Amino acid sequence: MSSIVVNDLNIWFDDKQALRDISMTIPEKGITAIIGPSGCGKSTFIRSINRMNDLIPNCWIKGKVMVDGKDLYGPDVDVTEVRKRIGMVFQRPNPFPKSIYENIAYAPRIHGIKDRKQLNEIVERSLRRAALWDEVKDRLDRSAYELSGGQQQRLCIARALAIEPDIILFDEPCSALDPIATARIEDLLSDLKNEYTVVIVTHNMQQAARVADRTAFFYMGELVEFDDTSKLFERPDNELTEKYITGRMG
Amino acid sequence: MAPRSAYQGELTKLNKEVAMMGSLAQDMVSKGIKAFLNGDEVLIDEVVALDSEIYCQEQVIERHCFEIIALHQPVASDLRTVSSCLKVVTDLNRIGRYGCNIAQLGRGSGHPMDRHDSLSMMGEKALSMVRDAVDSFVKMDKVKAMALLDMDVEIDDMWESMFQLSLGCMIEQPQDISALANGILMARYLERIADHACNIAERTAFMVSGVRLHRSARKKMPRLNIETSTQRETSADGYYNARLDEK
Repeated sequence: MSSIVVNDLNIWFDDKQALRDISMTIPEKGITAIIGPSGCGKSTFIRSINRMNDLIPNCWIKGKVMVDGKDLYGPDVDVTEVRKRIGMVFQRPNPFPKSIYENIAYAPRIHGIKDRKQLNEIVERSLRRAALWDEVKDRLDRSAYELSGGQQQRLCIARALAIEPDIILFDEPCSALDPIATARIEDLLSDLKNEYTVVIVTHNMQQAARVADRTAFFYMGELVEFDDTSKLFERPDNELTEKYITGRMG
Repeated sequence: MAPRSAYQGELTKLNKEVAMMGSLAQDMVSKGIKAFLNGDEVLIDEVVALDSEIYCQEQVIERHCFEIIALHQPVASDLRTVSSCLKVVTDLNRIGRYGCNIAQLGRGSGHPMDRHDSLSMMGEKALSMVRDAVDSFVKMDKVKAMALLDMDVEIDDMWESMFQLSLGCMIEQPQDISALANGILMARYLERIADHACNIAERTAFMVSGVRLHRSARKKMPRLNIETSTQRETSADGYYNARLDEK
């Protein structure tokens, strides 16, 4: 588990500034939700936490993102190691075109684990943590594409857990799922928050209110308000936050 | 078109419903006092008939609040508004029913004239508090609401003085005990009405600011330095069974 300290983070894509002077501390454990209208920079922010923005050409980053006191954008940082410690689950389930087993075993194998017994343990442990084991234990060799959308998303979560990250980032993990699958993911998030630092971007404010311990509201690339979720949804300090969460913005 | 216009429309409609119920509660108290003081049987019947009307309005508003919560999931100031409406309608219903109780005290009773003015004055005071409470709630006027809380002490003093005075009169004029007891009950109902008005004011302050007032900040408790104050009060109105110095 790790805390994330963001200091004066600014991000540009070409000459367009996507994030402006973001400073916040995301404490270890628990769930932090990032909310805000489309284009406010919430996905850019979450992607900056595991250096996913590095993959975008003409992306410029200024400021610091510190995990356990170490700047992720420092000169001697191994990006692969960053992404090992900080896993990510995306909006649409994106399993590999492989078996359920291989989806989980793939990353640990890349990181040097070759022993079959050890891989079996990792696969079972990860699937259990993602609350998927009972549903797939008898068909681990079947294609991941045979799973439902909700199961595929939990498989992706299991895949992220397989490399034992400290932090897991979720970018709209339920936006493509039905309410039942969404509820299962939310239950899973509530379990994971005891062991991991979880950051979730969501358009669904009710979801943020249901699962998050803290919520940050972004607007036009700026962090407007960051507070305990109950406080932010009951009595926000900022008028913009109030307008957004009550649906009066637009 | 403004965002969530249907939702805004529902909130506006809810506000109007509460204003209407507040107006009915005021009407019941006003007519109840008049009916009692004048022993007007026709007016008494009219106020009693309004009892079911105010109950119906409470039910309509409660259903509307649940509908808004279920369909629109209000948060922040909207949630405080809807939850406050849910609470306030109970106070308004109680206020209206106290008006009804006061009217019913007037059936076939005579009134010692020396206390008529005091009760009338206390009635005016309680009624103006209800008017201000409803007005501050509907207009979300926290300043006006907070001013009401100070007025509660005056009503408490009036009730205390009325109670002490009536006890003295009962000893001196035992033939008037029944009428004097009705006067005490009316004063007690008026004091309770003022308390409900203060509940609405407290709720208004919370609705506007999001900050709950601490009970002790609201008022000092009425003082009844008589031996009976240590006894449990019998349920005078069918709803409360508290010591006279409790709220």
